[in-house]
Amino acid sequence: MDFSLTNEYAMAQKLFRDFAQNEVAPLAEEVDENHRFPTETVALMQKYGFLGIPFAKEYGGQGCDYLTYALAVEEISKVCATTGVILSAHTSLCAGAINNWGTEEQKQKFLRPLVDGSKLGAFGLTEPEAGTDAAGQQTKAVLDGDEWVITGNKIFITNAGEADTYVIFAMTDKSAGTRGITAFIIEKGTPGFEFGINEKKMGIRGSATRELIFRDCRIPKDQLLGQEGKGFGVAMSTLDDGRIGIAAQALGIAGGALDKVVAYVKERKQFGRPISAFQNTQFKLAEMKIELEAARYLVYLAASKYDKREKHSVEAAMAKLKASRVASYVTNLAVQLHGGYGYIQDYEVERMMRDAKITEIYEGTSEVMLMVVSAALLK
Amino acid sequence: MKIIVCIKQVPDTTEVRLDPKTGTLIREGVPSIMNPDDKSGLEAALRLKDEHGAHVSVISMGPPQAKEMLREALAMGADEAYLVTDRAFAASDTWATSSILAAAISKLDYDLIITGRQAIDGDTAQVGPEMAEHLGIPNVSYAEEIQLEEGSILVKRQFEDFSHMVRAKFPALITALGELNTPRYMTPGAIFDAWRNKEITEWNRADVPVEDSNIGYRGSPTRVAKSFPKTMKSPGMKIEEGVEESVEFILDKLKEKYLL
Repeated sequence: MDFSLTNEYAMAQKLFRDFAQNEVAPLAEEVDENHRFPTETVALMQKYGFLGIPFAKEYGGQGCDYLTYALAVEEISKVCATTGVILSAHTSLCAGAINNWGTEEQKQKFLRPLVDGSKLGAFGLTEPEAGTDAAGQQTKAVLDGDEWVITGNKIFITNAGEADTYVIFAMTDKSAGTRGITAFIIEKGTPGFEFGINEKKMGIRGSATRELIFRDCRIPKDQLLGQEGKGFGVAMSTLDDGRIGIAAQALGIAGGALDKVVAYVKERKQFGRPISAFQNTQFKLAEMKIELEAARYLVYLAASKYDKREKHSVEAAMAKLKASRVASYVTNLAVQLHGGYGYIQDYEVERMMRDAKITEIYEGTSEVMLMVVSAALLK
Repeated sequence: MKIIVCIKQVPDTTEVRLDPKTGTLIREGVPSIMNPDDKSGLEAALRLKDEHGAHVSVISMGPPQAKEMLREALAMGADEAYLVTDRAFAASDTWATSSILAAAISKLDYDLIITGRQAIDGDTAQVGPEMAEHLGIPNVSYAEEIQLEEGSILVKRQFEDFSHMVRAKFPALITALGELNTPRYMTPGAIFDAWRNKEITEWNRADVPVEDSNIGYRGSPTRVAKSFPKTMKSPGMKIEEGVEESVEFILDKLKEKYLL
């Protein structure tokens, strides 16, 4: 058992770190301040293949794996959690779903442009009345000749409006509960498919979070993803994968905050000494570091299970729960160690603390993670 | 078109730390990078490849650790990589280095050789032009813009306050300035390929057709008489107040330093 990154991973990590420092970090504050989607960064990530990291070269992907992708989300989220989630939602939830559940024709048509850098993806499951209770879906799809007619609303959809391709879920048989849910692929621009306003959020403010509105939206029959009535399984397994991305994002937020606070405590002087000279500061930093490293191994474990094609649902849940808690814990302490300066926007830990919270909520709340882990224990 | 780019692994620092005993650079604990001018040279080659089609080889002389930098060059888009390495080549000055590299390159086909202007660890700017002399090909140094023509290259050569436009027939050598371009990032997939699917050709002493009298410490006519770190002067201060305030300020400063 070797816990160190081998050469190719170490070099990829360095690439992501350099990219994050040079291209992403300079925009992070402004993107947050103006709730602005960083289109130019997405274009650069497309140019350098970041949107196709774990996908096969035969579809235009990079031919790397989930661990590499997790390293990318982590390094980028260290400086900008907004950019991290754009990458994660695209890769895990949209491209990943089509990669894992799509037919060969669907992969050629929809996956290829997503992973070769021409299109961006999104995923729509949540509804006003259906969050954790996915079976409460109101959106419905009715077959009419060779077309599915979709009606309903999805809310809180990451990348909505900016993305070109959407994996969404709708009831094809309301009476069947979770067995009546079906997944579909829908492209932006399809008549009857529109977007609501961009939500104003506590954190990850530059990411687009909008409603998807379907009014008698007609799509060809062959844009059904997976099988009719099997959409719940598509959603759950896709979210298992997505949690690795969110866990990596949380890990990045925590790592970024730790970097900032370590630099700050060496400079900030009180009582004639840098505050790093006080044992309270030293012990807090040590606690933060230990928590961060513990979370890191859970995240990398989940990613490597994915790469070995092993079951990783429980590992992904543990990784997301731990890493998101660590993100909130570390950013909170980072603000505390900054004192009053930590509470104002000039210091990045303020943004990082706001960004951290969402990782405990989206793609399954911490409570859902506990359900997944305990269910496996008691099975 | 075949392009060879010479790249060097250098310590990632502009702070020169010297061993006071030997007068040589201390490299331990300093991360290594591809020399910035060389990276611009590689980028120039890769742009010619993107626009006109070309086979790009990279070559480096150095210790086995330089392979990592060669993999980085492959991950940026180079097609082939060569490492010229042997203990016999250690302690070579620019004459010996250029003799060894020219001899190694003479085994390859090329239309264009690109080197960086100079390396940030030695700052000599001699190896590129010396290689051109050894190989008997035209050399254009300080390239800030290049343009491919039929069988030749048009180079904007930088001087202090003017430029030359120089046309060189292939085969030719140019030395690249950092200003030539902004080098691209690697791509994740190319990094995996560079480590998993590509080989670096290693050439040792016996593979390089060069005279013993031109390699290593013995083949190096340069002798470093003395090395010493620069002592930095503290920056001055400009006072732009009225006469009286300025005088008062200066007196205060002098008192502060116990000079009055």
